[in-house]
Formats: sequence, C-alpha cells, structure tokens
Amino acid sequence: MTVVFNEMDGGGGTPREPYAQVADWLKTLSRADVDRALREAEAIFRRQGITFAVYGDDEAAERLIPFDIIPRVFAAAEWRKLSAGIEQRVRALNAFIHDLYHRQDILRAGKIPHEFIIQNEAFVPEMVGVMPARGIYAHIIGIDIVRVAANEFYVLEDNCRTPSGVSYMLEDREAMMYLFPELFAQQRVAPVENYPAMLRQTLESVAPAGCNGEPTVVILTPGIHNSAFFEHAFLADEMGVELCEGGDLFVDGGYLYMRTTQAPKRVDVVYRRIDDAYLDPLTFRHDSAIGVPGIFDVYRAGRVTLVNAPGTGIADDKSIYTYIPDVIEFYTGEKPLLKNVPTWRCSDPQQLAYVLDHLPELVVKEVHGSGGYGMLVGPTSTKKEIEAFRARLKARPRNYIAQPTLALSTVPTFTKSGVAPRHVDLRPFVLSGDKVRVTPGGLTRVALKKGSLVVNSSQGGGTKDTWVLED
Amino acid sequence: MRLAIRHETHYDYDTPLAYSAQRLHLWPADYTAQKTVSWSISAPGFDRALAYTDGFGNRVHMVTFDNIVGPVSIVAEGVVDVTDTAGVVKGLVCAAPDAVFLRQTRPTTATALLRTLAEKQFAGRSALEGLHSLMTEIHARVAYEIGATHAHTTAAEAFADGRGVCQDHAHIFLAAARSAGIPARYVTGYLVTGMGASSTAAHAWAEALVPDLGWVGFDPANAKSPTDNYVRVAAGLDAAGVAPIRGSRRGGDAERMRVEVRVEIAQQ
Repeated sequence: MTVVFNEMDGGGGTPREPYAQVADWLKTLSRADVDRALREAEAIFRRQGITFAVYGDDEAAERLIPFDIIPRVFAAAEWRKLSAGIEQRVRALNAFIHDLYHRQDILRAGKIPHEFIIQNEAFVPEMVGVMPARGIYAHIIGIDIVRVAANEFYVLEDNCRTPSGVSYMLEDREAMMYLFPELFAQQRVAPVENYPAMLRQTLESVAPAGCNGEPTVVILTPGIHNSAFFEHAFLADEMGVELCEGGDLFVDGGYLYMRTTQAPKRVDVVYRRIDDAYLDPLTFRHDSAIGVPGIFDVYRAGRVTLVNAPGTGIADDKSIYTYIPDVIEFYTGEKPLLKNVPTWRCSDPQQLAYVLDHLPELVVKEVHGSGGYGMLVGPTSTKKEIEAFRARLKARPRNYIAQPTLALSTVPTFTKSGVAPRHVDLRPFVLSGDKVRVTPGGLTRVALKKGSLVVNSSQGGGTKDTWVLED
Repeated sequence: MRLAIRHETHYDYDTPLAYSAQRLHLWPADYTAQKTVSWSISAPGFDRALAYTDGFGNRVHMVTFDNIVGPVSIVAEGVVDVTDTAGVVKGLVCAAPDAVFLRQTRPTTATALLRTLAEKQFAGRSALEGLHSLMTEIHARVAYEIGATHAHTTAAEAFADGRGVCQDHAHIFLAAARSAGIPARYVTGYLVTGMGASSTAAHAWAEALVPDLGWVGFDPANAKSPTDNYVRVAAGLDAAGVAPIRGSRRGGDAERMRVEVRVEIAQQ
C-alpha cells in the first residue's frame, strides 16, 4: 500500500502550515469539550431538520449525517490553483454540452466515438438545437475531487445533473461558527454563507431574454419523499423563493405559471431538482406524475429557463468521463489543470481482461450508478464479495469502469477511541451564470470507518467544515 | 400537384375537462418539393398557442385550455403544392446533426433478426440500392393489417409477427437502416388515397441519408418513394416523438377519439 497523505501532518510532529492553528486548538480540547460540542452540533442539526434518507434501509429511517468538528483546511495558494482547474473544467463541460446538442464538432473531429454519445441514455435528442440563456447548460456543477499528495489532486467524477450536498456545507459552517467562534476570530476563513445569494444571482442572470423586471425563480422538487428534500426546502428558504411541486406549476398560453393564493404568477427560472425523465410527461416519461406537462415546450421556445438544462447528464456519464481531458483541450486549447483518475473501460475486451486479473486492487463502478451503490472496492472486499462482483462484471462488462484504488488523503477526525486519520474527498460547487463562481472549499465528506475509502453518506460517511484560508 | 387537406380530430368525454395541454405536429414542412399555399389550425386556445421550431425542423404548436364541457375538436387544414422529386428531400432546414438519426429508440431497437435483415439487403449493394431493397423486403414480409399492432408495438415485434400498419413498416425500416450505420428518420404526413375521408390518409414513412444524394424518402408500406401524392408534415426519431397530437389532461373521463382525414387533388 502506498503512503497515505495526512493533510495535517507536516512531519516531525509539526503540523502542515494551513493546519497550524487547528492543531494548537485541538491540544486545548478535552474529551469532555468534544463530547459537549458533538452533542450541541447534533442538537443544531436536529433543529434544522438536516436529515438524509437512506435508500434500501429497512426502517426507511431518516437519519442525521454524522458531523466531525475538526475542519479540513486549504491554504489560499493551494486553493487558487485548485480553483483555476475547477473553473477550466466547468467551462469546458458547458462548451462540450453545447457542442453535443449543436454541431457535434468533437465527434466530427473523432475525439469520441459517436455511438458513445448518440446511443447514450443520458443524451437527450429533444435538446438538439436548444440554446439556453447565456449558452449555459450546467449552471450548478459539483466536482468530486480527491487528494493523494500535497500537490496531487484528481477529479473522481463530475456531477452535472442535480448535485446535492451544498446544504451540509452551509450547515457545517454555521455549526462551527456557533460552537467555536474564537477559531474564526483568530484567522480569516473565506466565507461560504453567501452561497444562497450567489445561487440566486446566478439563477436570475439566466432568465429568458424576454423577461422584464425582476425574474421569478422557483425550486421544483419531487416532494418530501426525495432523499434531498430537506436541501430543496432549505435552499428555497435561504434564497427567498417558492418551493414548488409539479402540481403547483402549469403551462397556460405558452408561459409557465405558479399557482398562488391570488392570481397565477409567471415563472421565469426553474431550479429543478427533478430528474430529466420525470420533468415533463409530454416529452419524457409519460407516466411521470411529478412533472409539469408542456414545461419542455415553454423551455424550447425560450420562455423559461430550466436549471440545469435537460440532457446535461451526457457530460458526467461515467463512460464519457475518460474523455474529459480531451474535452478540456478541445474546447479551451489548454492542457487540463486537474487530472482525471486513470480509468479502464470494461467495454474494451483488453481492458476488461486487465480488470478481471486485478480486481483485488481496483475500484469498479457502474457506469450509470451513483451514490456509492453497486461498486466494488477491491482492497477492502472479501474474496467472496470479489467473486460475486466478478460474475456481475463478466455478465455486463459494458456497464462498468475500473480505477486504481487511490490512497485518498486523510484528515484527523474524532472517533470513539480519540483523534485518528480518516479518508476524505471534496465536492466544490460551481455556479455558472453571469460569471463562474466556485465555492471556497465545498463539502468535505469523510469515511468514518477506519481504512474505508467510501465517503458517501448513504454508506456511512460523514462531513466536515472545509476552510479556505485568506491571505 | 396541388393537394387540399383536412385533418380533423374529435375528442369526447363523460366529464368536463379541467385542464388540457396538447402538443401539435400539424404544420406541413416547407422545402424544395413542397410549398404551403395556405394552412390553418383551429383548436381551443389556438390564438394563444406557443409556436416554435424544434431541433428536427418541425413547426410545433402547444395549446392549453381549461374548463371545457363537451367535445373538443382540433382541425388542421389547407392547401399544399407538391412536386415529384423521386423522394429526394432538399431545402429542408434541420438543425440536428445527421448522426443523431442513428439513435436506437425503444421502438426502433435492432434485434438480431432486424440486423440480419439489414445485412442481407446491404451486402454487395450501394446504400441507395440497399435501402430500396430493404423497403421492398419489408413490404413483402410485413402484411398491412389494421389491429394486429398497437401504438407501442416495437419494430422487432411487428417484424417477427409479419403484420402491421405504416407506423410499424417505418419503424422496422429505421431499426434496420440505423443498425447498418445509415441515419434514418420517421416521417408523418398525408397521402392521397382516392375519394372521400379516411383515417388511413394520415400516413407515415421513413427518410434515410444516402451518400452523395442527401435525405431520401422510402415508404415501405407501399414499396415506393414518396411522390407528389404525399405531403410531409413532421420528422423525428420514431412515431411517439412526432405524434400529430400528444396531450395531457385533468378531468375528462373516458376519452373517445375520432380522426378523419381528407386529402384531395385540388383545382390549380
């Protein structure tokens, strides 16, 4: 096993520079302080109603996502570099989506086999020729990044559909500022609490050209049974916009309206947290009861903006992921600043053979899966689990990609037996509208089980406040 | 040829319609071989209809209306001049890249049987010859029979059963052509069938992209390329995407639909 990079450990018993203050603070904390803080944090989260529904859980219980009080810290210079790479990637992803629904220059240039796009479930033919306001398709992107060394970061995946988790980023910061205000007095941490304001500004900036005056923005949710419903309600509340279900919206005379206690109100921008397939029963799944009939026609005619646009999933599909470095070069003319994780495509017989020979050391993921479901982490799996997975992989190789098991960096974390290193990843949120805005930091997810590399909250992961220090 | 068309669709319900949204593909295309002389649609709420051109070049209307008691009628009618170009389609504005028309949709998914059908027709032939051969082969092997299939029958099912209507013939053609790497699209329109009104005057066929020639129409239900007896309305990936009327409603129990299409040769 390779050396694991501990983000706080500077060697010789001294902390790395960005963690100096956190390390000093940790020394002053007694176990009793920690227990009290964790209890208080839990009370805060319960009061806020931050819960997370776990699919496949027998009790179908909503539970709190565990929160760890030791922050994850980036120096200003580290973040500037990372942020530049994120922004480059996001600009390229939007250019890519635009191209796929217009001239398809990247396919003509032979950079990606056209069947990978055309036959892809995530490609939405109805989007062909659609030019949304400002030419932006994925207004909100979450990019999952892992770190393996001081200066080595990899993009694990892009989330261009409806990335979630930003509410945890905001609540984690709020809890930290409440519990330990002195920490924020001692040094300057870049604020994240203006995210709802930036989100609203982004949404308003992509209102249709025909919208006069202040645009009306709404959030469209599938409803209370969705695992991220709390976040939908939270963001609506923070932004001061209406939270709607499909039944609250309707098309009339070529415009989209929201029912209100008074007259119907015209809607200009819909931040929809409903999957493409359920958005409009006239265009996509006709059995959808949570969508709005005709909303896609209004969108097509440029009278409402959907955020994100339908069909953005083509840019984050795991089978397309391996091409993203080429995508960045193709549209920006620059070398990618952020690297992809080397990936084997199991659809290719030679690459599949390699993967089958090396299962115990690889991570194998479903091409269309998400949330850490249906994946194999070779090094932490039993022989029996590996063999069961081998059978599934052989049966449907096209369905899988494989990656080396990366030695994800660790950050000290409170555990039952004291402070111990736990693996983390990072999901910065990127807003694209009148300009590109990258949240300073993002959501740090931490695998609470010792040695575990799976940080998904559905698989027992927790979160940490993420700091970007200001110069 | 100058053709006069009247396409009526009547709906009736047991209870009032609380709300209805209807997407219409009822506006004929304009291109080299086809010019619209006059055309109009009458439908509830049509004066406030949303009109736009989609990525496939179709003129689409969306009408919405609420609180209607009694029957609802949607009528499209007008006069169109058509020239016989042996099926060659020129001058049509379509934003979609050709490769999009290689996409296999649910009803146009190629099974082993359909791939074999395609391979046999294209082996040793040019694309144009292969497409003609495919058209006649489908015509010979799939009998025209109303009621043997339904709106959601797939190409594979209809081909295996050997029976179907123009929609099934077109789907089989698309599945086979696309499996052979030839972009192909589903086309709806009208066909002169003789005297009087008949629902079969509403027709469907296929267009395929032939190297050096461009898009060419093939009508496997009649084993010929469209002539000046055909009026082209809309094109898409399959029937569901370009249905003349597709709607969603609240209220209006027990919907009954009646379609009447009349296509006649008009006086010049």
